[in-house]
Amino acid sequence: MAAAPTTIATPTVPWSETLPRKGRVGILALILTESVFFSIFVVAYVFYLGKSLAGPYPKDVLSTPILNTICLLSSSITIALAIRSLRAGAIGAFTVWWFVTFALGVEFMIGTAMEWHKLIYHDGLTIRTNLFGTTYYSLVGLHALHVTIGLLLILLVGILTMCGYMNERHVERTDVLSWYWHFVDAVWVVVFLTVYVIGR
Amino acid sequence: MGDSNSKIPVSSVFDPVSTPAHEINVIALFSIGITAVIFVIVGGLLTYAIVRFRRHPDDDDREPPQVYGSNPIEFAWTTVPVLIVLVLFLTTARTIYQVQAPTRPPDAISVRVIAHQWWWEFRYPDLGIVTANELHVPLSDRQSPTPTFLALESADVAHSFWVPRLAGKTDVIPNRKNEMWIDPHVAGTYLGQCAEYCGTEHGLMLLRVIVEPRADFDRWVAAQKQPPAVDASVAHGRQIFESTACVNCHTIQGTAAVGRFGPDLTHLMTRVTIGAGVAMNTRDHLRVWVDDPNVMKPGALMPAMNLGDKDLDDLVAYLATLH
Amino acid sequence: MAGSIDHEIPLSATEDLQSLPVLGKLHEWVVTVDHKRLGIMYIAGGLVFFLVAGLQAATIRLQLAFPDGNIVSPQVFNRLMTVHGTAMVFLVGMPILTGFFNYLVPLMVGARDLAFPRLNAFGFWLWLFGSLLLYFSYIAGDGLYGAGSAPDVGWFAYAPLTELPFSRGNSTDYWILSILLTSVGTTATAINLIATAFCMRCEGMTLNKMPVLVWLAIVVAFMMIVALPPLSAAQAMLLADRFLGAHFFDTQAGGSAILWQHFFWIFGHPEVYILVIPAFAFASEIIPVFSRKVIFGYSVMVAASCGIAFISMSVWAHHMFSVGMTPAGNSFFAASSMMVGVPTGIKIFNWLGTMWGGKLRFQVPMLFSLAFLFQFLIAGLTGIMLAVAPFDWQTTDTYFVVAHFHYVLVGAIVFMIFAAIYYWFPKVTGRMLSEKLGQWHFWLFLIGFHMTFDTMHFSGLRGMPRRIYTYQPGRGLETLNLIESIGALVQGIGVLFFVINVLRSLRSGDIAGNDPWDAWTLEWSTTSPPPEYNFATPPVVRSRRPLWDLKHPEDPDWKYE
Repeated sequence: MAAAPTTIATPTVPWSETLPRKGRVGILALILTESVFFSIFVVAYVFYLGKSLAGPYPKDVLSTPILNTICLLSSSITIALAIRSLRAGAIGAFTVWWFVTFALGVEFMIGTAMEWHKLIYHDGLTIRTNLFGTTYYSLVGLHALHVTIGLLLILLVGILTMCGYMNERHVERTDVLSWYWHFVDAVWVVVFLTVYVIGR
Repeated sequence: MGDSNSKIPVSSVFDPVSTPAHEINVIALFSIGITAVIFVIVGGLLTYAIVRFRRHPDDDDREPPQVYGSNPIEFAWTTVPVLIVLVLFLTTARTIYQVQAPTRPPDAISVRVIAHQWWWEFRYPDLGIVTANELHVPLSDRQSPTPTFLALESADVAHSFWVPRLAGKTDVIPNRKNEMWIDPHVAGTYLGQCAEYCGTEHGLMLLRVIVEPRADFDRWVAAQKQPPAVDASVAHGRQIFESTACVNCHTIQGTAAVGRFGPDLTHLMTRVTIGAGVAMNTRDHLRVWVDDPNVMKPGALMPAMNLGDKDLDDLVAYLATLH
Repeated sequence: MAGSIDHEIPLSATEDLQSLPVLGKLHEWVVTVDHKRLGIMYIAGGLVFFLVAGLQAATIRLQLAFPDGNIVSPQVFNRLMTVHGTAMVFLVGMPILTGFFNYLVPLMVGARDLAFPRLNAFGFWLWLFGSLLLYFSYIAGDGLYGAGSAPDVGWFAYAPLTELPFSRGNSTDYWILSILLTSVGTTATAINLIATAFCMRCEGMTLNKMPVLVWLAIVVAFMMIVALPPLSAAQAMLLADRFLGAHFFDTQAGGSAILWQHFFWIFGHPEVYILVIPAFAFASEIIPVFSRKVIFGYSVMVAASCGIAFISMSVWAHHMFSVGMTPAGNSFFAASSMMVGVPTGIKIFNWLGTMWGGKLRFQVPMLFSLAFLFQFLIAGLTGIMLAVAPFDWQTTDTYFVVAHFHYVLVGAIVFMIFAAIYYWFPKVTGRMLSEKLGQWHFWLFLIGFHMTFDTMHFSGLRGMPRRIYTYQPGRGLETLNLIESIGALVQGIGVLFFVINVLRSLRSGDIAGNDPWDAWTLEWSTTSPPPEYNFATPPVVRSRRPLWDLKHPEDPDWKYE
């Protein structure tokens, strides 16, 4: 193949750098497939609005999770700041922003748990109560599951950081993880609008 | 069933006797015509290419001229299919609306069709009668039609009502009301069956539609409205029926049986078949059926009642009086 | 004759393998992340399930050969038809087709492996586990005496038949879980293919210079990524209904049976294009080589495939014409379903244009490809007929539709799988398959295929619905069904010749050399089989047919593209 005529002028940018990075393409593909997966649950939620044969109904029992939302969406900002620090080699700053992100995500999970506790024990709403219960717990639960997975991965990276293994060479992969986390936050925006705004 | 079935013309899609099936037949032939022409042309070109451009044994193996493409040709063989699709779509849409949005004359017959695992319930709300598996409808005159409108409901899972010579199939889905209509203009019996997989005995959930001249239909309705005659000689059989679990599932007017899970048996003997078409309605078959439905229809939801021979004979004798 | 780039390569990894004891070889295969080995495993696994599901089909045809059949009980029949369909889609079609992409895409783009080799291995073993789970269901639960717990709800498992009251035991759960697992594996492969095609092409290979097969692999991968989630989501919902008391498809609680159908077919229709587009990919590589001509209209072929992918996402409810949608709904889906026929037809014309003016060689890969052209033409035309919604009201859920989709699945896809096997077997194994046995295979399979599936259109038009375990005499169906069943037997004999051909050729087939077909894409520049690392030095290309340029330096492709 070396004998085949190559391009006339030597390219200024090496060929491999004209191609996109496979980590990014991979995570984008994953985000695409997960988005479609979530969409089906959103469709089911919207389709069944107003169709429950008996209560409790959304307007009776749902309260807007403002604090949870602020925490989760802020964690997108903090994780971006963490990546920026890592890219610059500032491991200390990276560690701080990284654990703040983790804490914000944990707050979101605690808030969700408290909300569910109220719904189950005070309002008597479970997944089997009616169509609202079915679609609510599955949609919000699916999102919470994705938050949990994200938190576990963030914790793993946190542990590796505490053991001194992280440095700016790992920024690409860590960035890929942060893209997953941004996706999880973006899904929350959709879930929030569907369940707590449109659905009430 | 073979002999009986052979006397009935094949349930061919191309042998319609009712307007929905007629409309479908017309557009079916039209689209088959178009696709046949396409097949002849493209298939012909493929055949020609295979013959004309095959490598000859004495070929010099030089590569033929490499043709990378041709925009004019691509344009041409894109435009023609688009036009064909346009024509086909317009005719299709017209037929869709013709079949799905008919005008309903005031004297149309109304039937509530309730599909069960694995039999058909027919209720005529305006006429106050209930039967099973064999649908009687009046002959419809092409000049002044008397169609029958069917409201389709399911008691359990998804089914589909299909009698090819009368109309296309319409699914029967729980928690959903579908509607279809037929206006057969040729008297006779038409065979169909469930066309949506619905469990073990989906294959033997058969349908008969009996189209009769108006006078005969009215006679049939009148007979269905009568309570069955009480025959003292089969009193023991009737007593067995009313004291066994039969009453949980079946209705026989004038008795204690008001069950709705199974077919209404009030006029059982006016039906040609039993078990939703699984066998001809004879005493022998009735005996086999009542003894253990699973022999003829494995998986049927009617249990074997484990009656002794004498009780079974008496019961069947009673059922045989239900005209 | 063909230019080879690897003059002094060391022994390929598979040749090293010869010296290891059996356990060592097995270990190598189990721990491999090499796309070539995983591709072979996918294909081999798929072929094994092809034989098993094929025997299930043969049993179905035995039961239906005569009216009032009692070879099997209705319960066993319903399991047979469910598992046959499910297996053929998820355990045969998907793995074989993705197995080919697994093997070929890195070679065709000049890369050493897929983008994520370990993800590739993960996907394979997950697929295998899911596949075995489906057949394990036969002996699970009540065991063999209770006819096991194999699913019996049909391969599209309509609700509410799949809900607890109507589907007791765990048979439906096996259906759900096995497919959920295999789907994760398929999604992993799709992500891998996309990342590889976008990020790992060799120097000079712009997107515009990739082989058509690679383009179509990208299209298929995107379709998988978008079409599989609706199925997985619906199955997760069904699991919630069955285990957590949810009411997604519980019609007694206000749930909708139609919602399941929408979700399923939003997956189901793109799925059949996921299955057929790889057949297009094989045809687009094989037909040019055996016509000795470049593919006619490369850009149009790519654009048409993308068009098919997009439009196919909008046609799903043509599987639901009889559920009682509004006239407007039916009209929309009729229109979109007819529209998807346009780019599909264009592809057939372009293959015809490729053959036109060429020098056709009728070796076995080409025989299967020519049969594919005719059969896919017919399948597409019956598809257009079915897009005419009123006609579909008569023919949906009947043997007419069964004939149509088997025309696609067998007449187009299986035929091209055979073509691809005969074409790339030399590259994968280093040996040629026997032409003579291949001819027996082809002609027997062709005759049997037409006996069964041409006839089948007519049993549907005569009132025979699908999924019935028997039919009554006197309905005009006896002769047709008998012919269909005999055809199945003939196909079986054809497949037997194929199996014999593969087994014999593995041992004693003619040595293939690098480039037995005088072809033009990069995989033919390596040895047969290729070394584990594919290319000693990454190739540099300048056109869509790098080997054509090497073989015809006076008239290279890059002058005309």
